[in-house]
Amino acid sequence: MAVLEIHNLTKYYKAHLALDDVSLKLRSGEIVAVIGRSGAGKTTLLRCVNRMIEPSSGRIEFEGVDIRRLGRSALREYRTHIGMIFQHFNLVPRQTVMENVLNGRLGHKSTLAGIAGIYSADEHSMARSVLEQLDLADQAEKRCDQLSGGQKQRVGIARALVQEPRLILCDEPIASLDPRSAKAIMDYLFRISRKMDISILINLHQVDVAIKYADRIVGIREGCVVFDGDPKNLKKRKVAEIYGCDVDDIHFEDSTGGDAMFN
Amino acid sequence: MWATVAALAAITAYGLFTLDSNGVNIPDAIGETLRNFRTIFLHPESRRLSAGAAAWELLLTVAQAILITLFSGLVSLGLGLLGARNLAPKPLTQAIKAVIAVVRAIPSILWVLIFAVAAGLGSTAAVLGLSMHSIGYLTKAYAESFESLDYGVVEALQAVGANWWQIVFQAVLPSSSTYLLSWTFLRFEMNFTNVVAMGAAAGAAGIGFDLFMASSLYFDLGELGLITYFVLAFAILLEIVAIRVKAVLKER
Amino acid sequence: MSVDILTERKRKSLRLFGLLVVLAAASIVVTQYDIGKGFTSLVKAFVWGLSNFYPSGASLSKLPDILKKLWETFLISIASTVSASPFALFLAFMGSRTTRAHGALTAAARGIGSFFRNMPLVAWAMILMLAFSQSSLTGFLALFLGSFGFLVRAFMEVLDEVDPGLIEALKAAGAPYYSIIFRVVLPASAPQIVSWLLFMIETNIRDATLVGFLTGTGIGFAFDVYYKSFNYHAASLVVIVTVVLVIALETGSNAIRRVIL
Ligand SMILES: Nc1ncnc2c1ncn2[C@@H]1O[C@H](COP(=O)(O)OP(=O)(O)OP(=O)(O)O)[C@@H](O)[C@H]1O
Ligand SMILES: [Mg+2]
Repeated sequence: MAVLEIHNLTKYYKAHLALDDVSLKLRSGEIVAVIGRSGAGKTTLLRCVNRMIEPSSGRIEFEGVDIRRLGRSALREYRTHIGMIFQHFNLVPRQTVMENVLNGRLGHKSTLAGIAGIYSADEHSMARSVLEQLDLADQAEKRCDQLSGGQKQRVGIARALVQEPRLILCDEPIASLDPRSAKAIMDYLFRISRKMDISILINLHQVDVAIKYADRIVGIREGCVVFDGDPKNLKKRKVAEIYGCDVDDIHFEDSTGGDAMFN
Repeated sequence: MWATVAALAAITAYGLFTLDSNGVNIPDAIGETLRNFRTIFLHPESRRLSAGAAAWELLLTVAQAILITLFSGLVSLGLGLLGARNLAPKPLTQAIKAVIAVVRAIPSILWVLIFAVAAGLGSTAAVLGLSMHSIGYLTKAYAESFESLDYGVVEALQAVGANWWQIVFQAVLPSSSTYLLSWTFLRFEMNFTNVVAMGAAAGAAGIGFDLFMASSLYFDLGELGLITYFVLAFAILLEIVAIRVKAVLKER
Repeated sequence: MSVDILTERKRKSLRLFGLLVVLAAASIVVTQYDIGKGFTSLVKAFVWGLSNFYPSGASLSKLPDILKKLWETFLISIASTVSASPFALFLAFMGSRTTRAHGALTAAARGIGSFFRNMPLVAWAMILMLAFSQSSLTGFLALFLGSFGFLVRAFMEVLDEVDPGLIEALKAAGAPYYSIIFRVVLPASAPQIVSWLLFMIETNIRDATLVGFLTGTGIGFAFDVYYKSFNYHAASLVVIVTVVLVIALETGSNAIRRVIL
């Protein structure tokens, strides 16, 4: 069953066409990686899905509901079902790990409880078990500005998970991390997706990582989808087309291997 | 830049040249002032006003400054949130910023006198009038603190489905509290000086009024000295505290 | 565990909040502040302001007079700032960490700066008035002394920010103290210094109103005259021209800052 269906999505920034008639489907529990060179429109696509950016035209259906029609409060309710993970983590630096994770529950709470930061025992135990899964249990009381980048990103994932999302959007989640932490983060995301049946739409810069983890790859060039298919079918020539460069400049092996760190 | 400096220098020269000294013999006046300084700073005395009474008047002044700071801080917090570009719709922020700029541009003495028409000269008018100016200042400072926040944090909570109030209380305020506190404390120092000034200029209760009486009514240099020392001591104390507070806040 | 941490944080916020409430309550008690009267006055003042405090046709005839006073205030604000700045700069050089000459001088410079900065403007005005009587000169001198104190502190911070590496490089090359200051430190910090000058001028316009009120000069005096003779239409005109001047200055300074910083 498709969790997310995007039909003919187009986005203009003033006169600039950033997304041109993009259509895309995401099945339950599927990991779809979006690749493309800088400025291709990856971030725009991702943010249109939870309407952090308003699309110009097209349909976006989440579990059969046309999300472009949602009003303000319905939009908030809708967003609670979708986790989002950022390149720069976007944690509140002066709050503790636990507080930042619990922030993920805000959409489920009344305004007043959210303002006062009052969470139920269930929410606490949920946050704790999520932290355990991400091997952060011993960091719960630390302030987030004292964490390493990899730890911060895991807090970001934990925040998304306590939302109990059915879809997680990741915008270059490993772009600011060293290779080891990056691999760890990708492994966590992969495991979560498989175990909890959560779909993941992920923007990546590293083709080899996309090939290793994704069930499907979508290549975008200048706002248009130029590839949508199994990683196995992504050939060097296609990658060169997506990135607009010579085949000789592509340094990875089709479907067979890549960076040693990720094998 | 040098054009600016040259222009300023030219205006200054013109200003000094046309300065009206009202027929005062300047060397004599300078001599007299220096002699006055000597009396004021070397022979402070308490005649009408005992040291205890002066301390009480100082406390009265501080209390008014606290009232002004708290009241204006509370109002400014609301206005600052609504005036921050990243937290409120653009027309609203622009309206608030424009109004606040005007409020700030009106000198505090004029605010106080305007309120004095309704409340009479005295502390009520002084507190209200100084609060206006304080609101003008703090709203700008708060709004700019909010605007300098990492917007990603706000976006992250939007993406979670949190509403405006929740974002304000869980992300905006925790992240900016140190800035807010140090701006507020800075303003408290300014409010203290302003209350002293309004005591002298607009009859607000407190040490400023005694300052005015000592100099303009009694011509009592010794008492003027005593009062000056009290005010100076407290102002320097505040400055030291402010430096400490800043250092502590920086660590956190 | 984490539950305790959360309540601990909340407890901290509550404690701060409680402290503020106590402070407010204590201040209200000490000043015997009548909150009811405060609020009714606030409302009354706004109602009164809307119905009386606006310029009328007749008050416009006072405009030339008012503008003349405003011009006086404008001149004094700039003159006091600019003429205080060389003295302030000198003291700042002695007090700054990057440029200081001797330890004792530094301490003295900082002490003098602190004294002038914390001495209230009204106290200067009151003291000066004893000898200089009510005149523009008194206003100028009071603002001069006040600006001096503020600028010492501001300039000192600017000089502290100058990269010590610059100075070291020239020292290593054997350059003498004064040439380092004039060739390196001043050029490096000049934009910030000018920016503070502009800020001081803006502040002085407002303070000049207060000082003018006390010393019977400038725009503050003009307001006082109309105010005391219940000519609120003219008084409101004073407020309006002041606002226009202050905002124009602010806008102008910001434009200059954008160019030089
Ligand atoms: N807020 C905006 N206003 C105007 N143009 C924008 C805006 N955001 C993005 N664009 C433009 O839209 C196009 C797509 O941008 P987008 O951020 O989606 O690219 P991206 O694929 O995420 O790039 P990167 O890999 O560098 O993150 C770019 O040409 C960009 O300049
Ligand atoms: Mg991007």
